Amino acid sequence: MTQTHSQRSSFIGRNPSVLYFLAALGLFTALVTVMSEAVGTGLVSTSFVKTLGKTLCLCLVAIAMDVVWGYCGILSLGHFAFFGIGGYAIGMWLMYARTEIIVADSLAGQTIPPTPQEISDAIGNQIFGVVGSSDFPLIWAFADSLWIQLAFVVLIPGALALIFGWLAFRSRVNGVYLSILTQAMTLALALYLFQNDSGLRGNNGLSGLQNIPGFADSGQDMVSIVFFLASALALALGYLFFAWITDSKLGNIIQAIRDDESRVRFLGYHVESYKLFVFTITAIVAGIAGALYYPQAGIINPAEIAPIASIYLAVWVAIGGRGRLYGAVIGAAVVSLLSSWFTGGGAPSIDLGVYTIHWVDWWLVLLGLSFVLITLFAPKGIGGLFDKLVRKS
Amino acid sequence: MLLSLMCLLASVGFASAQDLQSLLQTHEAEVIKPSRKSVGVLLDDLVASGLPQVPAFLEQWAERNVWQDDTSGLFYFGAEADDTLALRDIDTGEEATAPSDGFSQLRPNGGVRRVIGTALVQFQLSDPDPARRRAALESIARRSDASQLGPLVASLDGEDDPALRARKAQLANFLTARFGQAADERIRAIESLSSDPSLEARAVLSQILSAKTGVAEQQPEGNIARILDPMAAPLASYETLVEAGLAPGIVPHGEIRAALEAKIVDGRVGGVPLAQLDDPARRVDAYRALAEVGSVPPLVTQDDIDTALQNAVFYERYAEEDAAITDAARATLDAVETRVGWAQTLDLTLDGLSLASIYFLAAIGLAITFGQMGVINMAHGEFIMMGAYTGYVVQLVIPDYTMSLLIALPLAFAVTFGAGVAMERLVIRHLYHRPLETLLATFGISIALQQIAKNIFGTQARPLTSPEWLRGALVISDVVQISFIRIAIFVLALIFLFLLLYILKRTRLGLEVRAVTQNPGMAASMGINPDRINMMTFGLGSGIAGVAGVGIGLYAQVTSEMGTNYIVQSFMTVVVGGVGSVFGTLAGAGLIGFLQKGIEWLNPSNTLAAQTYMILFIILFIQFRPKGIVAPKGRAAAD
Repeated sequence: MTQTHSQRSSFIGRNPSVLYFLAALGLFTALVTVMSEAVGTGLVSTSFVKTLGKTLCLCLVAIAMDVVWGYCGILSLGHFAFFGIGGYAIGMWLMYARTEIIVADSLAGQTIPPTPQEISDAIGNQIFGVVGSSDFPLIWAFADSLWIQLAFVVLIPGALALIFGWLAFRSRVNGVYLSILTQAMTLALALYLFQNDSGLRGNNGLSGLQNIPGFADSGQDMVSIVFFLASALALALGYLFFAWITDSKLGNIIQAIRDDESRVRFLGYHVESYKLFVFTITAIVAGIAGALYYPQAGIINPAEIAPIASIYLAVWVAIGGRGRLYGAVIGAAVVSLLSSWFTGGGAPSIDLGVYTIHWVDWWLVLLGLSFVLITLFAPKGIGGLFDKLVRKS
Repeated sequence: MLLSLMCLLASVGFASAQDLQSLLQTHEAEVIKPSRKSVGVLLDDLVASGLPQVPAFLEQWAERNVWQDDTSGLFYFGAEADDTLALRDIDTGEEATAPSDGFSQLRPNGGVRRVIGTALVQFQLSDPDPARRRAALESIARRSDASQLGPLVASLDGEDDPALRARKAQLANFLTARFGQAADERIRAIESLSSDPSLEARAVLSQILSAKTGVAEQQPEGNIARILDPMAAPLASYETLVEAGLAPGIVPHGEIRAALEAKIVDGRVGGVPLAQLDDPARRVDAYRALAEVGSVPPLVTQDDIDTALQNAVFYERYAEEDAAITDAARATLDAVETRVGWAQTLDLTLDGLSLASIYFLAAIGLAITFGQMGVINMAHGEFIMMGAYTGYVVQLVIPDYTMSLLIALPLAFAVTFGAGVAMERLVIRHLYHRPLETLLATFGISIALQQIAKNIFGTQARPLTSPEWLRGALVISDVVQISFIRIAIFVLALIFLFLLLYILKRTRLGLEVRAVTQNPGMAASMGINPDRINMMTFGLGSGIAGVAGVGIGLYAQVTSEMGTNYIVQSFMTVVVGGVGSVFGTLAGAGLIGFLQKGIEWLNPSNTLAAQTYMILFIILFIQFRPKGIVAPKGRAAAD
């Protein structure tokens, strides 16, 4: 009576949730665009458009995390490092190009036209003066080319994930050891970036990323809506991509590795290659999400990729529901929006008579406790609640 | 002159027919308005006179207690009170009073006072008060001068305090090495310095070896230290040539541009149209054209620089002219530096040992829970923090530091033991076979605990003060020292090591813990209650973390985030050392502690880099020994 996997009608037929999700996302995007300041009525302020755009990027990286953890069973507590690297890669171009325009303007007034070396020195001074040097470090060698930096957004997280993953999986490190090693990796990266001589301005980070070179006249409302649409598009494509992967035979093997790795190995599959593939592809997607996030945030610094950021990523996915893609999206959206609402002071304080609970101080306690409760009593997260609803009807 | 000085000092008490007043009158102008350069002559005369009043006069003069009578020009000691002056005759000590407006105060400036001070030293060396003799010796040590050698040697014989005598001998040795007359006397002094490990001895040797760089067109003369290679720092060497007037100055880039801007004629500079001047080669052409006409200084090319550098000789010449002495000093300094190197290694080892003991103490609780139970406790850092805050609260209540410490240690153990048991009962018990969930749940608890601590205690660091007898350091030499707190933590770590080994190997509880670790089902069949054992083990691990918190809080800052500083390191220690063995944790802590200290020594300005490299090393280490240094064997290794 039940059709087998290969006999079922189509991709959409097997995965109706994809359709629902894309429809919901499309509706949401259209609504926000219509209500935004740039295009429509102005009900939604530009800064809120940016917040929504950033949330969409976080949803994308949460999907990546869900695939690597919920579908493949690798609890990587360092995936936010790849997010940050993507941000830094695009940030380098944004900063360089914008400074180039500023410097060219300021040097244009000279009687003698400036040599390329002089322009480069002036840019270097402008960017690195804050850490006391003015030479261009080696990693900025291609910062003047948009295409190469875009390639780096994909290549550098991918290369790092490939090397780290190969070293880790090859020696059969898994389970909690692997999680600790990924924490160590992101800590090492954050510490390295905090130094001034790593060439990325130390803990000043890269700033002014919301100003897109060449579009200085457009105004932030237009820029923000463009990025919002781009983030929504990226999220939709990412969702489709991962839904396709997890639905395929590859996806079956990946989920089997999560369920019982030894058995899959004994069945003849080279488990390490599959894990490496998943680890790397999710790292690349995380990098792309980061490249879209940080121009909307305007600034990136090493504190962003502290070990705790990757753990929050795991928290979102766990609360939203592991093992299902829309769960990750729900978790990321709900928790990060709630988090900024509570810590921003938007939530009303509760007066208990002897003590007033100010949410700015107590939000993290609530988050921690709810995390414990979810892990204990609702391991499938919010997505698990959907299951119950579906089964009831 | 020194010889005559010694004779005169030896004949103290020999009263000359001249008195001090008349001597001062002959030098009246210098006394009233002394200048640092010329006061030396006056001082020499005063000292040479051998008058016993001279030292007292010099002291009072430096303290501005000497006044001159405007009418008679005579000098007196004076103490001013309101408008009257209490006078004392400088020769007889006779007292008188007078209104102060008839007198002017002598005020020698700072430079002059210093010269007076140096002259005074000779007298202070034989002062009956040992404190003053010591002060004089320290001022000699601070600012050594050739003139101090004679008086110092002379005062050696009369010195009866053994410590001061030894110090005088040491300083006399230093001064002989630097300022002695005869070469072999100096060489003997220099060679004797090789047994002195102090910083001062090395400073003396370095001063003898001080050298200046110079440049000459042919072979230089004098005591040459070494010939320098100009190509090592070509620009700096060229600058030296320019300063010596042996080569034309390099025209910096900015000046070239400014010169070109100043000489624009009809939209061209030196015949080159303006629009082409963004090309560096065309700029050089334009500048050369201008230089040929002579309106700007000539351009110095890289070839010119290279030729000039090749043709000149760069050298370092010793200030000391006698080559035998500099050779002896160099040999001695090398020997001393080798010994200093050994001492530094010892110091580094002590530091590494101390760091390893801290990591051990922080990680051993984790090793127990992780190793024996497979439970990842991300809140372990917060237990350390709880222990430290317990110590702080105890110190708020009990003001005596020693008593509060004695109470804080067991109290911290009890508090964190209780917290650990509570956490185990409420949360971890339900998650035993799901290690990743345990990690996340304990992480939730960790966030909550950090925030609660921040709400209760605030974000500022709270002080945990050590008692008197723990402050200070054990100083073995200038190079090797270790603070008492670190020694105390090391002792604490050792105590816990032995305590744990004892509990695990010799008590019933330890036996049951080991049984439950190896095979819970079998242990349950033998009548051991695994639940209770797990609870006790978790509590024990957390309790140790609490005690570690008190220790760590004594020397580091107590904040709500201190736990996060130790959690990754503790995990690293456990992972590298090998799960399931106390000795493994010991090995891991040792490796990581020494490694971190070693990297820090190689790169002392950058501790962040040290941590980064250490983590990279650990990641690589895991490749070769994925189960750690002391790997668990048998069925326990199945996970």
